[in-house]
This record gives sequence, structure tokens and C-alpha cells, in this order.
Amino acid sequence: MTCPVTVRIQEDDFDIAREISVLTNSRTDIGAVVTFSGICRADDDSAKVAALTLEHYPGMAEEEIRRHADEAVSRWPLNGITVIHRVGRFMPGQNIVLVVTASQHRQAAFQAAEFLMDYLKTSAPFWKKEESATGTGWVEAHARDDAAAARWTKS
Amino acid sequence: MKVKYFAWVRERVGKAEETIEPPASVRTVEELIAWLSGQNEAYAHAFEKPKVIRAAIDRAHVKQDAAIAGAQEIAFFPPMTGG
Repeated sequence: MTCPVTVRIQEDDFDIAREISVLTNSRTDIGAVVTFSGICRADDDSAKVAALTLEHYPGMAEEEIRRHADEAVSRWPLNGITVIHRVGRFMPGQNIVLVVTASQHRQAAFQAAEFLMDYLKTSAPFWKKEESATGTGWVEAHARDDAAAARWTKS
Repeated sequence: MKVKYFAWVRERVGKAEETIEPPASVRTVEELIAWLSGQNEAYAHAFEKPKVIRAAIDRAHVKQDAAIAGAQEIAFFPPMTGG
């Protein structure tokens, strides 16, 4: 089974429909496509977010996502993975991240998408800085994200 | 070796990257953090809670007891918040 893996870090927005068609185009063995989009949200735990700036570690960010994509390919019967993470400054409502997984059946596509997002949040080197009416500050990591990633660890 | 800093570690240190030559007695990531902290107030502030700091050697995550011998590039950063 061939499973093309595409990982991109970019400032530009992405087109979800286009990314799906890139994976499914000219193939008839794909029965399920799952997409996850992460979007800049205005309401956070405390103050209203005016903008979010995403910083990353060039080189390592791509490699780290690709490592987990390769692991997903080894764990589930997948026909394609695309991960796009944007960097730069975003307003509420704008796209930040896209994960697309394709498989013959839905279960593998759902699980792989969730696996990739859980690891993306905890181990891919990206950092968010938040601007709000009360000031500017770095977003703190959540223990719930570590717990979400830990459940995929093989015992 | 080249050292890179990201997010609030970068802001506190006051630079994104630099080339350093720690003494041979500095063997691990943990020891490098301690050595940098002794350089000046900016590093001391960046590494005031050393256990919070994450590190990567040659673009792969490492624990703080990892040896730095042979490293081309060491990065220090806070816990990640992407996605």
C-alpha cells in the first residue's frame, strides 16, 4: 500500500478541498478521508484573544511531524497523510493547522488524525503568543494535552 | 557548538542563536543550562526554572541528562503549544 506523506510549514492559508483532492485524485482504493482544522479562537480561558503569533523551530518542526506521520503509517492502514501548519500572526477565525488522513475504512483515518494532532500539540516545536486587551503573553502548555498524547503510547 | 533559543527563552536570553564554547567539564544538557545560567542575568532569568526547559540536540528532543558531546546544534525552548 502506498501512503504519500506531505508535511508543510507555511505562512499562507490552505484550501481543505484542494488538499483532499490531492490525496484522493486518481485513486479508487480510498474509502475514508478525515480532516482536522485548528482555528484561531477568540475566547480563551481568560481574556478575549485579539491575535495569535505562531513561532516554530525551522527544520525540527517538519522533521518532528514527519516522524509521527511515519509512525502513524506503521500503526494504521493509511493511504495518505497531509499535515500543514501555518506560522505567523493570526486573527480569530483564521486557519492554523490542517491534518488530512486517508484510508480504506474510517476507523484508521479517524484514529490516525487524532494521534497526529495529539503529538503535534505536545512534541512539534511550535509556540503560540497571545495578544489580548490585557496584554501579550506566551500560551502555557496544558497537562490535558500531555495526557491526550500519552494514551497513544504502546504498553 | 551552535545554540538556538525559542519563544520566551529567546526573548529572555535576548538572541535567537549564538555559538558557544563551554568548558570540557560541561558534559550534559543539564550542566550546559547551569553553565549558561552563570553567564549573566539574562541567561539566569531564562533558565530560572531549569526543569521547565525543553531541549533538542541536532533537531531531536532529548532529556536533560543527555550528553552534549558531538552536538552540532542544541536548542532550548519552553513546552510546546502548537496545533
